[in-house]
Amino acid sequence: MKIHLKVWRQKDANDKGHFEKYTVDNVSEESSFLEMFDILNEQLVAQDKEPIVFDHDCREGICGMCSMTINGVPHGPEAETTVCQLHMRKFKDGDTIVVEPWRAGPFPVKKDLIVSRDALDLIQQAGGYISVRTGSARDANEIPIPKEVADKSMDAAQCIGCGACVAACPNASAMLFTAAKVCHLNYLPQGAPEKDKRTIAMVEKMQELGFGNCSNYGECQAVCPKGITLDFIAKMNRDYALAKARQFLK
Amino acid sequence: MNLDSKIPEGPIDQKWSNFKFHAKLVNPSNRRKFKVIVVGSGLAGASAAASLAEQGYNVQCFCYQDSPRRAHSIAAQGGINAAKNYQNDGDSIYRLFYDTVKGGDFRSREANVYRLAEVSVNIIDQCVAQGVPFAREYGGLLANRSFGGAQVSRTFYARGQTGQQLLLGAYAALERQIALGKVKMYTRREMLDLVKIKDPKSGEEHAKGIIVRNLVDGKIERYAADAVLLCTGGYGNVFYLSTNAQGCNVTAAYRCYRRGAGFANPCFTQIHPTCIPQHGDQQSKLTLMSESLRNDGRVWVPKKREDCTKDPNDIAEADRDYYLERKYPSFGNLAPRDISSRAAKEACDDGRGVGPAVNGERRGVYLDFADAIKRDGLNVVKEKYGNLFEMYERITGENAYKTPMRIYPASHYTMGGLWVDYNLQSTIPGLFVLGEANFSDHGANRLGASALMQGLADGYFVIPYTLPDYLARVGAQNVSTEAPEFSEVESQVKAKIAKLMAVKGTKSPRYFHIKLGKVMWEYCGMARSRESLTKALELIPQIREEFWKDVKVVGEEDTINTELERAGRVADFLEFAEIMVRDALNREESCGAHFRVEYQTPDGEAQRNDAEYSYAAVWEFAGDGKEPILHKESITHDEVKPVVRSYK
Repeated sequence: MKIHLKVWRQKDANDKGHFEKYTVDNVSEESSFLEMFDILNEQLVAQDKEPIVFDHDCREGICGMCSMTINGVPHGPEAETTVCQLHMRKFKDGDTIVVEPWRAGPFPVKKDLIVSRDALDLIQQAGGYISVRTGSARDANEIPIPKEVADKSMDAAQCIGCGACVAACPNASAMLFTAAKVCHLNYLPQGAPEKDKRTIAMVEKMQELGFGNCSNYGECQAVCPKGITLDFIAKMNRDYALAKARQFLK
Repeated sequence: MNLDSKIPEGPIDQKWSNFKFHAKLVNPSNRRKFKVIVVGSGLAGASAAASLAEQGYNVQCFCYQDSPRRAHSIAAQGGINAAKNYQNDGDSIYRLFYDTVKGGDFRSREANVYRLAEVSVNIIDQCVAQGVPFAREYGGLLANRSFGGAQVSRTFYARGQTGQQLLLGAYAALERQIALGKVKMYTRREMLDLVKIKDPKSGEEHAKGIIVRNLVDGKIERYAADAVLLCTGGYGNVFYLSTNAQGCNVTAAYRCYRRGAGFANPCFTQIHPTCIPQHGDQQSKLTLMSESLRNDGRVWVPKKREDCTKDPNDIAEADRDYYLERKYPSFGNLAPRDISSRAAKEACDDGRGVGPAVNGERRGVYLDFADAIKRDGLNVVKEKYGNLFEMYERITGENAYKTPMRIYPASHYTMGGLWVDYNLQSTIPGLFVLGEANFSDHGANRLGASALMQGLADGYFVIPYTLPDYLARVGAQNVSTEAPEFSEVESQVKAKIAKLMAVKGTKSPRYFHIKLGKVMWEYCGMARSRESLTKALELIPQIREEFWKDVKVVGEEDTINTELERAGRVADFLEFAEIMVRDALNREESCGAHFRVEYQTPDGEAQRNDAEYSYAAVWEFAGDGKEPILHKESITHDEVKPVVRSYK
């Protein structure tokens, strides 16, 4: 395959950035999108040009590090698929593909296609945990959890923290990410003691970091590589409202 | 080199209790006087950092990714073993210990393995309390499944992403400590060297700090502490193509080796049987399909070579060779990894491989779910493995519900690593090594679902006892990064980077990595011989020489430069590979994942040589251009008598 690319190049956080055009020849249909970038970078190195830097690591769709907006869509055209799992057979010979970094205020570009997603860690730090010291746990089977509840929690826990939801949202909202984190723990009996505190802290941290509000576009759900749904945002909103009410009554 | 394993006195089931009772402790109010460096934030690193911070130590944790949650433990799919015996099917701590020692082909240290089995039950409790959403039965209790090399169901799992869920548990605990100010997290940093400082009491050199490169601005930074914990994973990427993440590398461990840490059994590298076969030359990594698939999938190749290009659904039952079931009737498709991998290689060497030809060879075997679908129904198979089938389709474009999957072995895990004693301390005092980066628990072959167990055992339940024992003995020293030792190591690190940048050759670092990987896979891969290893020892120095003459690192030092990162890692792989080959050459026996073609039984099984090779081979750095020195830690078996490891 022959692929034409328009790729965002930006020297550092202060640079304005611009698109550059490239052509990659002899791309195998079996290659992944990132392998196509590897070929392009080898080509650039051969020409003594600086390769395009992009975040990636596991290349099997689970570490959440890869982050490219392809033709305007975070993670590209295939549903429930990270960039690293996207394969060239989804494109046609001669296609022109536009590649940009995640675009969101709280995700400043560091260089080319690499952005900072430290804000997601900060949301997690605000309350995305169950306070249990190592060694103080009781037997794992002492608290039975109905399968449906465990499954729900697992559905939320699948979030890989890539931030595509934020990049896709016109408001740069991190509601889907935060909801996934909140709900994973709020569904479980183990998460109950800190439920209200967690929900309020994480939602407020998200707002403080400059992520926008949710106005039900649903773009986040459409691009989520793990199929996290808006239902979790609804649950988080409910948990938040109840937590605030309880806080008020206290 | 002192290889005192420091195994505590007493019967095997009381050694750990004895250790804990006799270990020195640090008073809670004194803990804040100690600083601990943790390099790596996978299961071992994150769990250690969080647990030590909870106890009151000041922890500095480092990872090369943008967030600690991305470490490659996250990619483990299948599960984690624990001797809970929730299934009432005869499991016990002793059985898990026995299975692990046997699975490791009698090359692991019994006392360490027993402790691993002992704390395995606490890990599950801890993870459930953290909110890890393990699979459950309808009654609300935890579900289990069976895994290769075991005849009981002791594997706990969270869909096909057990690694991510366990790591998120440890990461959450870590983030909590970061928020509390007890852990300072340094992301996008790569450890490039270890700093040792003379202990004022003993005069010995102790690990007291590290030199890292900030991967964003290229600055070389110094960090000091009272102890250094290396949790940096394995070196599977020495093969270039592996199931490891792109960034996984040997640099941190190898740099410690050059500073005096013994490297044990580097030739024990696990080749995982169920990976998606290579598609061509542009491939950057191989993807593993969880071994749990072998619970329901049947492995086969055509009996006749001419059938290899046929549609598998058109090959009659009688013309299929279910070779694992044929050769190993009692374990069948669940035979351990080393055995299954080798059997797949044999079938393909015999010209009966399937799938598209890469470089003229078909390297793949079928993993067929047709019988499981017929027996249990499509929905049951979907429920169990749906996400794996989707992943397979994404990568290959094939629907495995309709046509059998194709699989082939790939480099996956490394049992070898830095030598550690019972306390997880390396031959450098103050340098502790946890998880895949050490060598102690899996012998010559790791069983499925045991890596997650070991990483978390080391981090949650071993190091919080063994590290304080060390700290209490040496006392808080408040080491400064201004010490001359830091300046010296830092200047060496800078000189190496300058040297890489100065070559200005014609070929990219990746070119050399691919070239090295091919040599290692071809000559030091699944089957090794004196001849092939000798050949590798000839070729590796040539590639290294070419690298230092002709490598091209474009870009600048003071910015994100992924070419420079790779160049540094490849340079270390090029030196490390030679020790790995030497180790394989030295070990004139076949055991576990190390298969020497000269040493096999008449029916092609591995032939161990307990009389001469029941030891851990520990390599000591002797200086550049000099052959490393071999030391031996004798591996004795007081509990499990070594037998021929039969899975027939």
